[in-house]
Amino acid sequence: MSPILEVKNLVKNYGAVEILKNINVSIESGDFLVLVGPSGCGKSTLLNCIAGLEPITGGEIHIGGRNMTDVSPKDRDIAMVFQSYALYPTMTVAKNITFGMKVRGVDKMTQAAKLAEVAKQLQIEPLLNRRPGQLSGGQRQRVAMGRALVRDPKLFLFDEPLSNIDAKLRVEMRTEIKRLHHDLGASMVYVTHDQIEAMTLATKIVVLKGGVIQQIGTPAEIYNRPENLFVADFMGSPAMNLIPAKARKNGAGTKLEIARENEVPLIFTDTAGPDLPDDVILGLRPEDIAEAGFRAGQHVQTAECLVDIVEPAGADTFVVVRLGGKEVTARLHAETQAKPGKPLQFAFDLGKVSYFAPETGQRLN
Amino acid sequence: MSDFAASTDPTSLTKQSNFSRIALRWLLYVLLGVFALYYLMPLFVMVTTSLKSLEEIRTGSLVSLPREITFDAWATAWSGACTGIQCEGLKPFFWNSIQLAVPAVILSTLFGALNGYVIAQWQFRGANLIFSLMLFGCFIPFQVVLLPMARVLGIMGLAGTIPGLIFVHVIYGIGFTTLFFRNYYVTVPHELVKAAKVDGAGFFRTFWSIFMPLSLPIIVVTVIWQFTQIWNDFLFGVSFSQAGTQPVTVALNNIVNSTTGVKEYNVDMAAAIIAALPTLFVYVVAGKYFIRGLTAGSVKG
Repeated sequence: MSPILEVKNLVKNYGAVEILKNINVSIESGDFLVLVGPSGCGKSTLLNCIAGLEPITGGEIHIGGRNMTDVSPKDRDIAMVFQSYALYPTMTVAKNITFGMKVRGVDKMTQAAKLAEVAKQLQIEPLLNRRPGQLSGGQRQRVAMGRALVRDPKLFLFDEPLSNIDAKLRVEMRTEIKRLHHDLGASMVYVTHDQIEAMTLATKIVVLKGGVIQQIGTPAEIYNRPENLFVADFMGSPAMNLIPAKARKNGAGTKLEIARENEVPLIFTDTAGPDLPDDVILGLRPEDIAEAGFRAGQHVQTAECLVDIVEPAGADTFVVVRLGGKEVTARLHAETQAKPGKPLQFAFDLGKVSYFAPETGQRLN
Repeated sequence: MSDFAASTDPTSLTKQSNFSRIALRWLLYVLLGVFALYYLMPLFVMVTTSLKSLEEIRTGSLVSLPREITFDAWATAWSGACTGIQCEGLKPFFWNSIQLAVPAVILSTLFGALNGYVIAQWQFRGANLIFSLMLFGCFIPFQVVLLPMARVLGIMGLAGTIPGLIFVHVIYGIGFTTLFFRNYYVTVPHELVKAAKVDGAGFFRTFWSIFMPLSLPIIVVTVIWQFTQIWNDFLFGVSFSQAGTQPVTVALNNIVNSTTGVKEYNVDMAAAIIAALPTLFVYVVAGKYFIRGLTAGSVKG
């Protein structure tokens, strides 16, 4: 079966400025693709190119196996939800949802049937005669989704749909979008700058920076095996600890030496690791650093470090220590006895470690 | 002792500030009242004079109320006063002005809306340059274009006709109307046009179904502005019309200037009020939207 969306060698320039450089992505039917990156990375532009709202400079876009590169947005069999919702302010909710069908000349009976179906699905039946100005943020969001759903398209496009609503509602709507994706089995492309949204929703993530794809993969791949320092730092909260270290070959394994202020260097031995250059950056997620005794495994190594800051967060307690000139965050259990200024035994799970080259930022293992 | 002082001080303080606040308020009202009287004085003189007989004007004082109210002057101004050799009053010219102003206002508003929509929402290469040039058009003095425009109207075969005058007013109105609509439409998020595109609506469909219904406040502003400009215009009216197509402003001038013998001030005043009534009417009817429209966009709905 051919991919539902295929972006081939896409290039987009604004005058002399390159916004997107040689983008290649494809997704299968039913995939939830999330485009994530910092602001200005080109993710919204890429979505607009897929929608046909921005002309592209080079490359091809195929949707449902058809080359849609020069096809106008209305004929691409897509539906889109916008960041500002873009509801038509003078039309009622019902008219907003049926406007597209009216333009396409769908008969009144079908319009009414589809409207009723979508309104039921999104539980917006009581709102149908209101204007967008009379709705709350969450309700507007639902109407915007209704307008997309009623189209029953091959591909749904979402442009940061949750960034305008408050934190609590955002989590609710996130779950709702996920449920919708599950229930419809629809294919979706979703743009966000929020890496948690990306992790929770996606079946496939594209991390963008400066118009270049940094990594494509499942959320687990992106999280556990980031391709470079940017992805490692961008995905995950708190961010992955990136600690400069010196590597020395020692028999079957590698000795890793991490400098510390006013203390002897910390030395780990990685027996499974690859051949490393002399200088490396060692990446460890906060949850891969635990209090000694709370983490067991073949690659766990313990060491005593001076606790700098303790931040209780309810379910977990984050503890900051200084290693290699960097602040390193460990995610400990809630009842930890860690005290600022006191030493504590930590367990480092080197089975989960990522190595990066400091000059190129690329992953080494 | 200190308790006593503490308890009286604040009350006397508030009393004093209350007093000064009230005094200030009254000063403001008096000042506003004086200015209002000052501005209303000419209108008062016009209305009272138009209701007096010529006899009373000659003998009475300028600001006194009419002893005996008569509408003869109004009747004469409307249908009997002489403009040059013709003595039919303002009536035919008033009708000319309506025939001129209504289509000119509608057309210039429509073109302004379309231009503003294109410039604000369909960013194309050179959009800003075109907008700047149109703005520049707002500030070209009318006198500069009289001769070239006369030539153009001649070539088009519209010289001395009402359609010719409509053409001139539409051309000179477009600068302002475009400015109004462009500034209104830039506050509308671009995503609205994108959503309409995905829904399959084209350029004009989006304009009619989505932008026009949004535009009531700015349409009112534009209509008031254009109507006032076109109705009150004298220069184009006197330059590009001929006998039979002159607008009411030109006729008013002729009435005032072509009296023979005794000067009929009451007729002049009545004619002037008649000529000014339509703009007054438009402002009274739509005035509350005018302010609202001018400030619209600063607050998002």
